[in-house]
Amino acid sequence: MDFIGAYSPDHLVFLLKGFWVTIKIAAVSIFFSFIIGGLVGTLRYAKVPVLSQVLAVLVELVRNLPLLLIIFFVYFALPEIGIKFSITWSAIIALTVFESAMVSEIIRSGLNSVHKGQIEAGRSSGLSYVQTLWHIVLPQGIRRMVPPIVSQFISLLKDTSLAVVIALPELMHHAQVINAQNINYIVPIFLFVSVMYFVVNYALSLVARRLELKVQ
Amino acid sequence: MLDFTILSENMDMFMEGFKTTLFVSFLALISSFVLGTILAIFRIAPIKPLNWIGGIYVEFIRNIPILIILFFIFTGLPVLGIRLSGFTAGTIALTVYTAAFIAEAIRAGIMAVPKGQTEAARSSGLNYVQTMWYVILPQAIKIVIPPLGNQFINLVKNSSILTIVAAGELMYQGDLISSRTFVTFDVYIFVAIFYLIITIPLSLGVNYLEKHLAKSN
Repeated sequence: MDFIGAYSPDHLVFLLKGFWVTIKIAAVSIFFSFIIGGLVGTLRYAKVPVLSQVLAVLVELVRNLPLLLIIFFVYFALPEIGIKFSITWSAIIALTVFESAMVSEIIRSGLNSVHKGQIEAGRSSGLSYVQTLWHIVLPQGIRRMVPPIVSQFISLLKDTSLAVVIALPELMHHAQVINAQNINYIVPIFLFVSVMYFVVNYALSLVARRLELKVQ
Repeated sequence: MLDFTILSENMDMFMEGFKTTLFVSFLALISSFVLGTILAIFRIAPIKPLNWIGGIYVEFIRNIPILIILFFIFTGLPVLGIRLSGFTAGTIALTVYTAAFIAEAIRAGIMAVPKGQTEAARSSGLNYVQTMWYVILPQAIKIVIPPLGNQFINLVKNSSILTIVAAGELMYQGDLISSRTFVTFDVYIFVAIFYLIITIPLSLGVNYLEKHLAKSN
């Protein structure tokens, strides 16, 4: 094992660059997942006929598939039917599809946690259904949604590493590139990369825990 | 339309992968249940150093990607003189990772049993181990079963990363078939269906248990 060689400044900068890509891809994906998952979760909460059943089936299918399969599918299978994305967009799309299903469940259970009497009160004071959702249910539900969304972001940061299979230049890929130079770098580099993931994710999990306590 | 000849012509490979995925998931479930239970006991036992070991393990492993654990075992350990097959390395990686989550589920289950139960058992003359075994665990198990089911679903899904170390499971067989037939789209759809055959009944079962057990309380 060569700790000194493995931890050369060039390598550390290269790893940080990889981690920056991981964070960027995860952030973009959670942003899209929040929009799509929010829409899906709300439509299912509102029990829009037919649409909410179709969405329920889709959410169950996606949630029960391995993310790796979805990444492979977007990058390798879709081009076969003429839909081709770059590596970066393939990763973002696959992560977004998977995370949207997860986020939609968080949104739905957050909305469900708001007492039904609130909707009745809102409706009887003359607000429309959409106004009731927007002004009454959502502000109360969102407080319960934030902690699980932060936890989901932690999963997403970890899951982004799977995009190494399509050579997305994120942290795991950069670690592999360094490791390919010298087998004596493998253990030190993986230790360092583990600590990088741990520090960021543990900090986020503390944030999630604090928010959870606040909600209660 | 899907080309079902791809499915029928490669059925033996699909089945081989399906069985391996099931096998590796069961193996990892049992071993991570054992390891997870030990870790949960470490975390709640009235001995401080054990608490720390359990806590550090769970927090560290939960916050790093499973892929890094797999790479560490498969490519890192050989440097230290320990060489494992892809299947063994994969099973160990799944176990190491899942045990952290199972430990948390078991700990949460035990913590959910009201303190008064322990006090009542202790004051009726049971010792700590008897209290755990006869009073706390039977009540905790009800709370723990649904999250354990969820962990099993995650195990089945996570086992797909074993394709990277050529462990012969479903995803790997799918990759093999698609590189042999030059058909990707249909092959991946069939692979997805095989995964869903395992995960959908599990997730319906977990949902049922969650509702059923919630009612019985």
